[in-house]
Amino acid sequence: MARAVSTQHKTIATAAAWIVALLIFFPILYTIITSFKSEQEAIQGFNLFPSGTTESYTAVEAQSGYFKFFLNSVFLSVGSTILALLVAIPAAWSMAFSPGKWTKDILMWMLSTKMMPAVAVLFPIYLIFRDTGLLDSRIGLMVMLMLINLPIVVWMLYTYFREIPGEILEAARMDGASLWNEIVYVLTPMAVPGIASTMLLNIILAWNEAFWTIRLTTTEAAPLTAFISSFSSPQGLFWAKLSAASTLAIAPILIMGWFSQKQLVRGLTFGAVK
Amino acid sequence: MATQQTRSLARFMMAPSVVLLFVWMIVPLAFTLWFSFQQYNPLNPIRDGFVGFSNYALFYSNPAFLQSILNTLILVGSVLLITVIGGILLALLIDQPMWGQGIVRILVISPFFVMPPVAALVWKNMIMHPQYGVFADIARFFGGQPIDWFGQYPMLAIIIIVAWQWLPFATLILLTSLQSLDGEQKEAAEMDGAGFISRFIYLTLPHMSRAITVVLLIQTIFLLSVYAEILVTTNGGPGYASTNLPFLVYQKALLEFKIGQASAGGIIAVILANIVAFFAMRAVGRNLDK
Repeated sequence: MARAVSTQHKTIATAAAWIVALLIFFPILYTIITSFKSEQEAIQGFNLFPSGTTESYTAVEAQSGYFKFFLNSVFLSVGSTILALLVAIPAAWSMAFSPGKWTKDILMWMLSTKMMPAVAVLFPIYLIFRDTGLLDSRIGLMVMLMLINLPIVVWMLYTYFREIPGEILEAARMDGASLWNEIVYVLTPMAVPGIASTMLLNIILAWNEAFWTIRLTTTEAAPLTAFISSFSSPQGLFWAKLSAASTLAIAPILIMGWFSQKQLVRGLTFGAVK
Repeated sequence: MATQQTRSLARFMMAPSVVLLFVWMIVPLAFTLWFSFQQYNPLNPIRDGFVGFSNYALFYSNPAFLQSILNTLILVGSVLLITVIGGILLALLIDQPMWGQGIVRILVISPFFVMPPVAALVWKNMIMHPQYGVFADIARFFGGQPIDWFGQYPMLAIIIIVAWQWLPFATLILLTSLQSLDGEQKEAAEMDGAGFISRFIYLTLPHMSRAITVVLLIQTIFLLSVYAEILVTTNGGPGYASTNLPFLVYQKALLEFKIGQASAGGIIAVILANIVAFFAMRAVGRNLDK
């Protein structure tokens, strides 16, 4: 009897969850479907079965040079992440392994910088960028994205490094390992998973950042966020093209995101929920 | 264990992060504060100079400023309400035993990874468009009149879009917390005859309270600065109907070049964020002590 109830329960839960999940996913699904329609099909009412044409994809590249924006997105998100890691790893490392009196305060202060609204510094940053010729430059934007995400990177690394047991280090030292050997052979292998998770989440955040990437670029350094925003004042029929451009813009990050659910929880809650 | 030498090494390793963040935060913020007491217009510099608090006074006298603060609060409040309640319900649902749980999770979390301009444009054109959108198709199917979402209910439309983006985040965090609930405790409560409702109120909800706090705080930080969604859908309109504080600051600074007013708006945004930050820090800080 208990078994039958549980199967029934499971069936209802499954049906309900799938319906809700598909409703939530629907806008993404419909975008992917529409990207395989022609512009004429795209405006002829609700239709889940596209003709399968890829003309929108070729049009997006031919008319707007999609690939350049894509490359900028890759360069900016990966570049800013690597830069942030280079700055953050030593900091997180020292905070986790030789915490001082001020470590906690410094961490909290870093977190507080993340809470400063971007608009509060919009004009000064804009001026600084304009006067130093960094406006619409990849390097300038890369540094900007690095600074925005630096607190999250330090925090995430810190929560990972803190879990590396200190006894292992002592054991290595007892066995006569030098500091250099300790870092290369003991610490690094244990830190790599944490660094990789941090990197993944940070690339996602940088890829989707949609304030500075739009405001500090015009054409040369513009990533996909800026490119897609240019569709807000369209000319003529563009539903299928918008869908194709959107699908291409979100696909890589969507797939990365699916693999990073756990890291996402940890990174975005600053370790408060694991 | 830590010697004087490792201490100074630690300080040296921390320096780049601290210095960079400090410079990035303090220098521009000081500029903004300075500008907020100035009349400064790069296009019309004749009347430039110190004006005291008059830029701030505009927030009381100018309806656009008041409306933008109101819109900011409405947007943050509604999205928080929708995502937290929706997130709890969804997390409870997904936590049930079912077939294909992994795929359900992936489908539900997906909107969070969609970049804001894409999310907003997809909703604007494919879903809410009064002529070609799916909502219009549904309305016509039932013989109704399609709604012009962004013309008639711009704030509601933006709230729906932003809630769609953040519901997955809330769900994921709350689900993670739910799954860390001790199974034995749940069973014990069940054995004692506690029904679903009382188990939820006395066991599940207290267990999730910390996760709920974290969701509220982190979402507030991000929701206070919603920008791209408004830029690509309503552009703040009609009139100022869907202009929030960040959007108004952007308009004043980069479109109208009224830097003084924009800076005052920026400082008010900082004050708003600081009120939130104060509570956020306490919640996260408690976690550090354990």
